[in-house]
Amino acid sequence: MASAAQGKDAIASKLAPKVRAAEVSSTPSAKESALRFKISDLNFFYGPKQAVFGLNLKIPTNKVTALIGPSGCGKSTFLRTLNRMNETIRNTRVQGEILLDGQNILAMDVVGLRRRVGMVFQRPNPFPKSIYDNVAYGLRINGYTGRLDDLVEHSLKRAALWEEVKDYLHKSAFALSGGQQQRLCIARALAVDPEVLLLDEPCSALDPVTTAKIEELMFQLKDSCTMAIVTHNMQQAARASDFTAFMLDGKLIEHSETPKLFTTPTDPRTEAYITGRFG
Amino acid sequence: MTNLRLAWRKSLNGVMLTLTGVAAFGVVAVLFVILGFLIWNGGTSLNLAFFTQLPRGEGEIGGGMANAIVGSLKLLFLAAVIGLPIGLLAGVYLAEFGGKTFAFVTRYTTDLLNGAPSIVIGLFAFSIAVLPVKHFSVLAGGIALGVMVIPITVRSTEEFLRAIPNSLREGAMALGANKWKTIATVIIPAASGGIITGMLLSLARVAGETAPLIFTALNNQYWSPGLSQPSASLPVMIYIYALAPYDDWHRQAWAAGLVLLALVLTANISCRLILNRKGSSRSV
Repeated sequence: MASAAQGKDAIASKLAPKVRAAEVSSTPSAKESALRFKISDLNFFYGPKQAVFGLNLKIPTNKVTALIGPSGCGKSTFLRTLNRMNETIRNTRVQGEILLDGQNILAMDVVGLRRRVGMVFQRPNPFPKSIYDNVAYGLRINGYTGRLDDLVEHSLKRAALWEEVKDYLHKSAFALSGGQQQRLCIARALAVDPEVLLLDEPCSALDPVTTAKIEELMFQLKDSCTMAIVTHNMQQAARASDFTAFMLDGKLIEHSETPKLFTTPTDPRTEAYITGRFG
Repeated sequence: MTNLRLAWRKSLNGVMLTLTGVAAFGVVAVLFVILGFLIWNGGTSLNLAFFTQLPRGEGEIGGGMANAIVGSLKLLFLAAVIGLPIGLLAGVYLAEFGGKTFAFVTRYTTDLLNGAPSIVIGLFAFSIAVLPVKHFSVLAGGIALGVMVIPITVRSTEEFLRAIPNSLREGAMALGANKWKTIATVIIPAASGGIITGMLLSLARVAGETAPLIFTALNNQYWSPGLSQPSASLPVMIYIYALAPYDDWHRQAWAAGLVLLALVLTANISCRLILNRKGSSRSV
């Protein structure tokens, strides 16, 4: 465990000195620093078609924020604007302001942004490499030159996968089960020590037992990482999140603490959705 | 009535099954008949001398095709050096970067180039690499074969890159890799088995080309030093020896054909092995 802690320090000092400096300098007040993301008047377009309408949302630091809503409501699109993944799609346009620790991400270097804001996708997408090389990938492409072994071990431990794979680190990642692959993808994202982890329906391809493992993992990661999760599973949002945002037709309908949203929703549309009357 | 119809349907089914089966058997048989022919006619000439000695003079018995074997390998090496990098990079462009119009034009042109008669490509190499220096050379032959390698490599590279799921691209980019890094460190390695297979097949395909070599690399009775001299090659030797009026030369032509076919079959089979190995590690 001691080596793991050293590993984490090593990342902080060697990999992301700029990140740490920015974090410290952009904390004018205690209240502001408790907010990781502040999204104002966000509009998003696929060509002529608008997918997100005037969205305002605050994502608090080291909490889990769940995004729920029917299919096609824009929640995945919104999540993907937070690390600018939508830019990989042609003819997309974004308007508004997204502040990460007070800095506008739209003006930021996209490589640096994605190192700070990691992402886990709907289906596990390990690279056709060994388990070790998957976890080390983000560190290697970012030019990290320190000892990889410790960081790989540390990241796999954080993703609760170390015990299962420690003897097979150089085997192909495809040899793992679906749930293990998804935790490997989480470990891969955690290896560069992101401040935020975006999870786009991370459990939709997994069975309930594996889903429980991932939720447990999210709970443990909350100490060190802010998370935003898109989910179709309302029980999952209720179990695993601190805050929940309900979206409908590209608009944010309601956003509050999870227990409040699920017990006493203020908007009738939220109530209709969580009680299963549509969507 | 119904029985009659049933019998008719059954017999029709039987006839069609037989027809298609015979056709399929014919496809397999052709290869084995050719192989058998080559072994039957050329097997006796396939001795150590064939691989180590130079051709003898007109009508003399014995000798070998060592210079033609080396010449063919040199030509294939040149074709690989010239054609594979261009083919690979253009394939990457089409699969990963290509816009609409230019990519369409490139793809269409590639298909046209693939269909261009090999003798026309030989003429092209003749006019750019033989006429200016006023002598035939291995280099000119290598250019002709290299041009033929390009379109096959482009299209197979593109196909195999397209088969890589987009989720891998997103996964790499979400970790901060830019587009080129994603392609170089994740996408090309993931498709490497297929890409190498396409390359080997394209080389195997041009290994037997004769027409473009006749007026580029020409032929040579002796060893061909360096790249600027005319050189013997197996396909051209087959052509010349088969037309000569000597029985021993005919047998040697068959033997050369056998060597050439063995070369191509080896390339094909090793491709299969590479792909199978890659495929099985993926499906676990």
